[in-house]
Amino acid sequence: MIGKWLDIGSVNQIEPGTARTLPVQGGEEIAVFRTMNGEFHALVNKCPHKQGPLSQGIVHGNVVTCPLHNWNISLKTGEALGEDKGCVPVIPLKVDAGRIFLLREAVIGPSSAAEAA
Amino acid sequence: MNAPATFDPSAISQREKLVVIGNGMAGCRAVEEILARDPARYDIAIFGAEPRVNYNRIMLSPVLAGEKSFDEIVINDQAWYDDNAITLIAGDPVDHIDRERKTLVTRSGRVEPYDRLIIATGSDPFIIPVPGSTLPGVVTFRDLDDVDKMLAAAQQGGDAVVIGGGLLGLEAAHGLCLQGMKVTVVHLMPTLMERQLDEAAGFLLKAELERRGQTILTGADTEAILEQDGHVAGVRLKDGREIAADIVVMAVGIRPSVSLAKAAGLEVERGIVVNDHMVTSDPAVMAVGECVQHRGACYGLVAPLWDMCRALADEATGAPSGYAGSVTSTKLKVSGIDLFSAGDFSGSDGSEDIVMRDAARGIYKRVVVQGDKLIGAVLYGDTADGNWYFDLLKKGEDISDIREALIFGQAYASGGALADPNAAVAALSDDAEICGCNGVSKGQVVACISGGAHSLDTVRSTCKASASCGSCTGLVESLLALTLGGAVESGPKTLCKCTSFTHDDVRRLILEKALKSIPEAMQELHWTTPEGCASCRPALNYYLLCAWPGEYVDDQKSRFVNERLHANIQKDGTYSVVPRMWGGLTTPDELRAIADAAEKYGARTVKVTGGQRIDLFGIRKEDLPAIWADLNAAGMVSGHAYGKALRTVKTCVGSEWCRFGTQDSTGLGVKIERMTWGSWMPHKFKIAVSGCPRNCAEATIKDFGVVCVDSGYELHVGGNGGIHVRATDFLCKVETEEEALEYCAAFIQLYREQAHYLERTAPWVERVGLDSIKAQLFEAPDTIRQLAARFRISQKYSQIDPWAERAGGERADLHQHIAEVRPLQVENIA
Repeated sequence: MIGKWLDIGSVNQIEPGTARTLPVQGGEEIAVFRTMNGEFHALVNKCPHKQGPLSQGIVHGNVVTCPLHNWNISLKTGEALGEDKGCVPVIPLKVDAGRIFLLREAVIGPSSAAEAA
Repeated sequence: MNAPATFDPSAISQREKLVVIGNGMAGCRAVEEILARDPARYDIAIFGAEPRVNYNRIMLSPVLAGEKSFDEIVINDQAWYDDNAITLIAGDPVDHIDRERKTLVTRSGRVEPYDRLIIATGSDPFIIPVPGSTLPGVVTFRDLDDVDKMLAAAQQGGDAVVIGGGLLGLEAAHGLCLQGMKVTVVHLMPTLMERQLDEAAGFLLKAELERRGQTILTGADTEAILEQDGHVAGVRLKDGREIAADIVVMAVGIRPSVSLAKAAGLEVERGIVVNDHMVTSDPAVMAVGECVQHRGACYGLVAPLWDMCRALADEATGAPSGYAGSVTSTKLKVSGIDLFSAGDFSGSDGSEDIVMRDAARGIYKRVVVQGDKLIGAVLYGDTADGNWYFDLLKKGEDISDIREALIFGQAYASGGALADPNAAVAALSDDAEICGCNGVSKGQVVACISGGAHSLDTVRSTCKASASCGSCTGLVESLLALTLGGAVESGPKTLCKCTSFTHDDVRRLILEKALKSIPEAMQELHWTTPEGCASCRPALNYYLLCAWPGEYVDDQKSRFVNERLHANIQKDGTYSVVPRMWGGLTTPDELRAIADAAEKYGARTVKVTGGQRIDLFGIRKEDLPAIWADLNAAGMVSGHAYGKALRTVKTCVGSEWCRFGTQDSTGLGVKIERMTWGSWMPHKFKIAVSGCPRNCAEATIKDFGVVCVDSGYELHVGGNGGIHVRATDFLCKVETEEEALEYCAAFIQLYREQAHYLERTAPWVERVGLDSIKAQLFEAPDTIRQLAARFRISQKYSQIDPWAERAGGERADLHQHIAEVRPLQVENIA
C-alpha cells in the first residue's frame, strides 16, 4: 500500500539554518529547510521572481533570502515579503520519530506512485 | 445525584468498571478529576509499570539535584488509593489489551475486565541507536530508578556525559554537576534547548552553564558509546573527539508510548489519536497525557495534561466539554538561571519581533507580536514578566494600546501615561542617568542636543551617550524627539535594520569588547532581531574573521551561496568554476586538464574572463567536488572568482618578451598573487601589474595597480571598471619588488580593517579621502610594516585551498541532495 507521506530522510541530514534539495523526476525540485529553531519547511526550489534556487539562500528566522536577487520568501507560506509580490508552493511536511515526511500528493501529484531514494 | 462520601461495597455490581493503564501524572490526575465530579460512578483500577505510588515526575530534577526527597514529590500516597477504593496494581505492566472481550492482561497473566479504559502510558525516552547504547552505565532520565542510578554513580565522582541539551538533559547535567561530577553536555544542535529558545537566549544559557563548570559541546554528533571492562567508559563524537565518562545520560527526547494501543488496533499516528473528548478510535477507550495526539499535536510538558484531564473527566461523567489544545510555556528548573519561553517565537508571517537586550545584566527579552496580539515570548535573565506575557498570550488580549511599552514589562506597560516611552523619559529628572556605560545624565544629553547634536550619531560622538553598548539608544532617541520635536536628523546609515550601530561602530566595538561570535556580537550590541538578516550576518561574519584571524570560526550559514559553495551561482542555478592561474600564466598540462574537465562535467560555455582566467559554465552543484578533485590533480586551486576576496592579479608579459617592458611584470604579478590569494575582503579585490606606462594590464582601473617604470614601480589604488568607472589614485612610487609587495599587503590590510562590508576600494577611497589613507600609511614610519605583518598573519589561516577540502569530502551535505523522488513503474493492466 502506498502511504500518504513520503519519508525523505533523517532530520540530522539537514544542518540548522540551512536547506537541502530533493529532485523529483518529472516534477519540481523541492527545497527542504531547517531553521535555527529546529523547524522544518519544504518549498518548491524556485523563487517566484526569477526562479532562483531558494535552497541556497541565507536562512534567518523563518525567512530565506533568494541568492539571485535577495527577495525574502516566507518559509511558512511561500509568500514574498516586503514590497515584492509572488508566491512559491509550500509542500506539507511533518517530522515523526526523527524522520522528515512530505505529503506524497504534493510532491508527485495525486495519482502516481513514487519512491524516495 | 447525591454522591456517597464513603464507599458502599453493595454498589459494586452496578458500577461501571474503569481501568487506567498508567499510574503517572496524567492517569492519576484523570482519576482525581473524575472523582471530583462523580466519586461513585466507577469501580476503578490503576495499573502502573513502576512499583510505587503516584509521584510528580517533573520534580525528579530537584531530587537529582539533592533539593528534594522522593517523599516530598509523592502526589498520592497509598492512603489516597485506599480511601477512594482504587485498586493499584504497581510493578505488573499491562501486556496487551483485548478490545473484543474488553479485558486486559498483565505480564504476570492477571486478566482484568473493563467497561471503560483510559490509556495514560506517557512517553518513552528515545535512545539513539549508536554502538554501546545498551552498556551498563548508560541511563535515561525518566523515572525514579534512573535518578537512583545517577545518584549512585555520582557518589563515585568522576565524569558524566549527558547526551542532549534540551530541557531534560540540562536538568540532568545540572543535578550531576551539583552532585560533584565533571559534566559534559553533548548536543547535536548548534543552540541549547533550540525548541524553546532562540539562538540569542541559547547563547546566554551556554555561557552561564560553562561559567558553572560544565563543558557544553554544541553541534556534536555522537558516533558511539565506548566500553571498558563491560561498563561505559566514554563517548566518541563523529568528529573523532572522545570524552571520558563513568556514566552517560541519554536525554535526547521522548516519544509517545503507543505500543499497547497500536497492538490493540487503535488509531495511532505519532501518538494515540484522540478527539476533543479524549476518546480514541474505540468509544470504550480513552487516552490522555503524553501518549496522545490531539489535533495533530503531541505534548511533552505538564500543563496540557491538566486541561486534557478536565475534558476527559467531563466526558467520562456524562457532561462533555471538549479540549481545544494548549499553548505551552517552558521554564528551566536550574536554580539561579531564569529562563522562560512560551508560544510561537519562530517568526511567522506578519509577525514582528520586539527585542530588548541588556548586555551588562545578561538580559535578553523578546516578544513576538502578530497584529494586535502577543503570540510568543522568550525571556532570559529576567523572567518576572513571564506569567504576564503568558497570560496575554493565552487570552489573546488586544495589546495595541500597550504595544510600545510591552517589552518593558507589566509595571511599565500598565503605568497609564507612562505607557508612552517619550512621556516616561520626559518625566525623568535632569540628573537621571541615561547612559550607564559612559555616565551621562539626562541633563547632559539634553544640553548636548540643544547645543547642536541633532542626530543619534552626533549625540554619540559629542557626549558619548549610547556610544558603547547601545542599550540606551531608545532613551536617547526619545530625548531627541522631546527636545527637537520633528527636527531629528537621521544619522549615517546603520549596518542594517537589525541594529542602530553603523558599520564603523560595529567594527570598533568588536575589537573593544573582544566579541568573538555572531550571537555574542548580537547580544552585546543589542541587535533588535533574534538572528539578524541576510545583510548583517555576512557582514558580521567578515568583521569577526578579519578581527580575530585563526581564532574566529567561520560561520558557513552566514555566507552567501557563492562563498559557501566556492563557485559562482548562475541564473539557472548551475555554477561556474574558475581555477586559479597565477598572474594569468598557464601551461599546456593545465589547459588539457581544464579541457577534460569541461567535457567530463558538461560545461556548456567556456569563456576567457577579463581577469585572464578560464571560466567553465553550467556545472551542477553535485558535480563541484568531483571537478575540483580533477583540477586539483592537475595542480590547480580555487580561483576565488566567487568571493568577496582577492580575485585575480592580471599581468602583461613585461620585460621577458615585450620590447617596451621595463620590469618583470608577470613575475611580480605571480609573486603578488601568491602572497594575496585566499584572503577574505570587504568586497572583491582585483590587482594588475603592467610592465610599462602603456599599461596593457589595465592596472589603473584595479583596486591595486602596479605600473612598472624604468626607475621602479608606481603604485595606484582605488580603481574600478564597474558601473562607475574610476581611474586609480596614485599612491606612491617604490624602487624594489620587495617594497611593492610590502605596500600592497599594507594597503590591502588597511582596506580589510577599515572599509564597510560590500564597499569596494573605489567608494572607500572616495568616502575617507586619499589624503586620509596616505596619512594612515605614511605618517608613522612603521605603519606599513605593521599592516603588512597583520596581513601575513591573517594569510596564514586563509591560504588553504577550499576546493581541496571539499574534494576530500568535507561538507558533502552542501553538495548532495537529501534524496531523490522517482515515479514507480506502474504496470499496465490490459
